[in-house]
Amino acid sequence: MDSGRRQFTASMRFLHWLMAALVLAMLGIGIAMVASISDYHRLVSLHRPLGILILILVVIRFVNRRFSTLPPFPPTMSSQERYVASASELLLYTLLFVQPLVGWGMLSAARYPIVMFGSVHLPPILPHNVMLYAMLRTTHTVLAYLLFLTFLAHFGAVLFHTLIVRDGTFSRMAPWRVRAR
Amino acid sequence: MIRLGGIGIILLCVAGTFFYLGGWLTPHELTPARFADEFEQVGGIHSGFRLNHAKGLGVSGFFESNGQGARLSKADVFRMGRVPVIGRFSLSGGNPYQADAPDTVRGLGLQFRLPDGEEWRTAMVNLPVFPFNNPQGFFDNLVASQPDPETHKPDPEKMAAFLANHPETVQAGKILKGFAKSSGFDNSTFNSLNAFRFVDASGASIPVRWSMVPAQQFESASAPGPAQGDKNYLFYALIASISQHPLQWHLIVTLGQTGDRTDDASIPWPEGRERVDVGTLTLDSAESEATSPARDINFDPLILPDGIAASDDPLLSARSAVYSQSFTRRAGEKKEPSAISPSDVRK
Repeated sequence: MDSGRRQFTASMRFLHWLMAALVLAMLGIGIAMVASISDYHRLVSLHRPLGILILILVVIRFVNRRFSTLPPFPPTMSSQERYVASASELLLYTLLFVQPLVGWGMLSAARYPIVMFGSVHLPPILPHNVMLYAMLRTTHTVLAYLLFLTFLAHFGAVLFHTLIVRDGTFSRMAPWRVRAR
Repeated sequence: MIRLGGIGIILLCVAGTFFYLGGWLTPHELTPARFADEFEQVGGIHSGFRLNHAKGLGVSGFFESNGQGARLSKADVFRMGRVPVIGRFSLSGGNPYQADAPDTVRGLGLQFRLPDGEEWRTAMVNLPVFPFNNPQGFFDNLVASQPDPETHKPDPEKMAAFLANHPETVQAGKILKGFAKSSGFDNSTFNSLNAFRFVDASGASIPVRWSMVPAQQFESASAPGPAQGDKNYLFYALIASISQHPLQWHLIVTLGQTGDRTDDASIPWPEGRERVDVGTLTLDSAESEATSPARDINFDPLILPDGIAASDDPLLSARSAVYSQSFTRRAGEKKEPSAISPSDVRK
């Protein structure tokens, strides 16, 4: 009975791991494509639809979270740690929402067609303005690094809690069902 | 303590993987940024201009499809009808103020705007074949053509060494030597060079190359033009010609056959391949880059509608990557005035 409250809900865990895989893949594709000659086109063609998929998923995830009951923080976490954890979660949600929008916006400002697959494409969301493109292009890079650092901090903190404090932090989000001890 | 160290190592590995993917650990690998840097080395830094084909003039008009292409490609642009086109004529090289010369490679970039928001962009040149067949060859040639700081001319030894390593460039050079250059932009044929694939409604695809073949009569470049003394004479002649009457080109699609190389732009396809006239491009107005939308368009050859696809030519992805890098750099730079000013166009 208790396990329901110690773990995030199944839908939250599913969305977490799905997005974790997608976001890590996106960060890898993003950093690889800007340095790539031979795979550039293939990677960009993948980057655009995956980014929009992440945008859709983060909205679903945010709504799902609002309607779910969250498990309490482990008692080992101090109030400051709880504050940092909540703030970094908010930062991650914000970045995952803003980063695809910046990508969409920058392609719009550059007047690149925003092709998803085949003839399916999205409309531009900003006017054709290359100065605006240049600004958003830089923003996209800065946000990507910020997202990567936030991910590292999040990953590091979970490893720390799970392996050193040993308070079962990982099991709260484990993809499988963990029974209460 | 060991566990803490372990966590540190895990995080370092993750970060290291990303730096590796980003090319940080392989500084000698060819990247779009290194390409762009090399263009700047050779052509100088010119704020707000393209790294290559820097000198140009915007044009606009429309493409009228005759429907003949519809059996080859499902792209909407080949259905009978008209789509608006924005284009840009250019001369190769990084200097936006260079003097026009008959031997300088001429370019034509086009953006076809399809009715439902799809686009087809193509960047063509007046050469019948491309002197390189992979990005490294293009890059090495750029390095070899870098002017010597003392003589201000490329070092002939470096160029000779380059050619010794690139037989494809020597081979293509023989073809390029024999081709007859026309007197102006308006009577130049512009070629896709790279192969692409046309995909029909059933999903079947065929290799193609295309050319814009002028309706204007060919005149040899050797015939001395009246205004040849002017450093912008090619562009001025284009402006004069377009203001007299709309200029037209036939879009001729050459169909490749089994065995025709699609991955080597330095080799021409055999004579006698089927050529299909799929429609007519009409360009009826010219505009200085100061006001033309063409200045801010990246004529990336891989912006293709559904029904046209990339071939296995390694130059295509490289062009896309380097054009994008060039576009991003100039987008944020202050826009210096183009050689061809708005008053030149009004004359």
